[in-house]
Amino acid sequence: MTFLKINNLSVDYQMRKETVYAAKNVNIEVNKGEILGLVGESGSGKSTVGNAIINLIDEPGKVSSGSVILGDLNIHENSESIVKYRGNKIGLIFQDPQTSLNPILTVGEQLIETIQTHLKLSKEEAKNKSINLLKEVGIKDAEVRFDNYPHQFSGGMRQRVVISLALCCEPELLIADEPTTALDVSIQSQILELIKKLTKERNLAVILITHDMGVIAETADRVAVMKSGNLVEIGETKKILTSPQENYTKSLVSSVPPTNKKISRFVIVEKENKNKKENNIKILNRWSKKEIINQDLVEIKNLNKSFDDNFFTESSKNSVMAVNDVSFAIKEGESFGLVGESGSGKSTIAKMIVNLFKPSSGDIFFDNVCITKIKQRSELMKFRKQIQMIFQDPYSSLNGRLKVKDIIAEPITLHNPSISSLDLNNYIYDLLESVELTQKSADRYPHEFSGGQRQRISIARALATQPRLLVCDEPTSALDVSIQAQILNLLKDLQEQLNLTILFISHDLPVVRQMCDRIGVLKDGKLCEVSNTEDLFLKPTHEYTKELLRLMPKIESIYN
Amino acid sequence: MVGEETSDEERAELRETLGLMDPIHVQFSRFIVNASKGEFGISYQLRRPVSELIVERLPATIELVVISALIALITGTLLGVYTGINRKGFLSDFVLAISLLGVSLPTFVIGILFIYLFAVILGILPSFGRGEVVDIGFWTTGFLTVSGLKAIILPSVTLSLFQMTYIIRLVRAEMMEILQTDYIKFARARGISENSIKYKHALKNGLIPVITIAGINIGTLIAFSIITETVFQWPGMGFLFIQAVQFVDIPIMSAYLVFIAFVFVMINFIVDILYYLIDPRIRVKGDTASG
Repeated sequence: MTFLKINNLSVDYQMRKETVYAAKNVNIEVNKGEILGLVGESGSGKSTVGNAIINLIDEPGKVSSGSVILGDLNIHENSESIVKYRGNKIGLIFQDPQTSLNPILTVGEQLIETIQTHLKLSKEEAKNKSINLLKEVGIKDAEVRFDNYPHQFSGGMRQRVVISLALCCEPELLIADEPTTALDVSIQSQILELIKKLTKERNLAVILITHDMGVIAETADRVAVMKSGNLVEIGETKKILTSPQENYTKSLVSSVPPTNKKISRFVIVEKENKNKKENNIKILNRWSKKEIINQDLVEIKNLNKSFDDNFFTESSKNSVMAVNDVSFAIKEGESFGLVGESGSGKSTIAKMIVNLFKPSSGDIFFDNVCITKIKQRSELMKFRKQIQMIFQDPYSSLNGRLKVKDIIAEPITLHNPSISSLDLNNYIYDLLESVELTQKSADRYPHEFSGGQRQRISIARALATQPRLLVCDEPTSALDVSIQAQILNLLKDLQEQLNLTILFISHDLPVVRQMCDRIGVLKDGKLCEVSNTEDLFLKPTHEYTKELLRLMPKIESIYN
Repeated sequence: MVGEETSDEERAELRETLGLMDPIHVQFSRFIVNASKGEFGISYQLRRPVSELIVERLPATIELVVISALIALITGTLLGVYTGINRKGFLSDFVLAISLLGVSLPTFVIGILFIYLFAVILGILPSFGRGEVVDIGFWTTGFLTVSGLKAIILPSVTLSLFQMTYIIRLVRAEMMEILQTDYIKFARARGISENSIKYKHALKNGLIPVITIAGINIGTLIAFSIITETVFQWPGMGFLFIQAVQFVDIPIMSAYLVFIAFVFVMINFIVDILYYLIDPRIRVKGDTASG
């Protein structure tokens, strides 16, 4: 029985020069007790559709046509009446639990206010109802937690509170907009389980908006695929993921890193490189290529790092061991993966290797020299040249006021001040072409590029000093899957041709499986185990690794 | 302190008793020791202990500053919220245009314009002084008489204008920013009424930075009151200070400056405590993110 019916829904943004269509004639139906997955890359309009259902589109956007029928109610009939369905008939969950709760009201105040807005209950009854709800979504000591402020909850708990707020007036439709994107794998699976459980128990109709195909495969009954405002395909999850009809869906599915096997390259369906054969890396002739000898390039011994609260006070009491007695080695020419959840210390280790943090104790050897003991700046520069880093966020890691050529030129001239300007320009062009950008990009500013292209600029900048070790800190986690596939392919090619050693840091296990030869698993600053990638995935030894592998969303689960 | 017919011996003797012949560091350490006891010596011009003068003038300034601070905070917040919520509209544009005038016109010009309009042309408010005051032992107040209340209107409005416009712009910016946040969007999605969203959810968050500014403000008001008090011949500390400057009455000037510094420190201390009470994120330390 169809519960929610979206007919020909269109959302326009009237800009000064043109009208942007964020959604065009979208038709979606959702049944009760069913989870519909809405997937698409950024800018595909999936969130727009979610918000349009309750008419919560930011100015200057507006729902320009179409109707939304909920049960037998046309809720878009007039824009005033939609307010009384919000929260009451339709609940909405947002992506980031850190920002979706009011920081200065207690959880209880926010629950009671929401309940009393829609249901005629006394304060006492509302309180009892809230406490029961908090228990239902899995919050322990609900009576006590009721009076806590949002910042006193961890990310996963906060998302539970958000869910309880969305459900407190017993809506029949739940719209979850990327509900687990900001969460760790283990928390993610708990939240998804909770949503599945509530869907069954309360017979909800659920729209789950996400970019993560693994999540879709494990939770959604049906899937709708969107691309630039259009609905591309809709159908049974299994059918869409295993035998997609549309080209776009095919490329989307093939970009998802498989969790059960290692593939050499990602297949990029949509715009296959025409000149794939001559995919030569232009900087190769400039590169003083190191022969790979079977030795450790990086060796880390008993590394510790604690962040003290304050220099003067509370130094020992509150200090957190971000990295606790970690030792491992990276062989020349290999890709070493570090995985762990947020707060596991993986980024801290990366920053210590590139010498942005000083370790509290322990040594880091690079090419058999202990770089943590180097005092002289000129000595240190030699190592900085050989170790380069690629950061997670391509938006904040490039200086917006510099042209791309200046961004790339900076490390070159720093280490080689005498380079002639002609040579420098040629070098920059070679670097840009090596990361598959055109020479024209050199004269543009970072904001003119998309996220994936910016990450390519970051890679070009990192390669400019001809490093031996490339530290990649979550290089693709801010990118869409199809772009991620391209960037990972590029990194693989570069590594092969330039004999790079890569330290690859990620929370995303399938990605790490595709990229790395060996993997170290971190938890709370401690290294749980280090082993070869295939061994780790096939027969993990440590309990925590087993748990992570069990919990990661698997796109292949659709076959079972 | 000396007249035409003071003899050279008397002048030398006076220098000696005032300690002006001692080396600088001796004079300075004596000043520090006395100041820590609250003694700032004797006014050269009025020949009375400075601490007595300050205490006598303090009520006038405090009353003026408190009234101006209240005017600035209340009207500033109200207009800030209004302009932050109704971003387009004639009244918002009008308030913002006026606030620009308030920021850019110097206090004494506004004061003189007010005197011209209300005292000279309309003749409804006094142009100078505190009016009749009632002495209640340790404090003299103008709040208890009609003329006292009338007298405080012009100077306090003049003094508050600059701060008020500042607060309007601050509150407006805060409100506009907060109304864009995720938690406001989530509150809308739960169907919370617009009034509650604006005045409970958004305003409470928006007022947190206002408290910091308000604290610094009150200090600035005391400092700015020198000009206002001079324009309106208000018998407060600022007026005393200006007179002292004209006569190079160093004990009064140093006492006044030390007092202002003390007030600034105290206000900032109180603001920090208020912050602690208002913002739960600061209040609970140590047991964040449990469970």
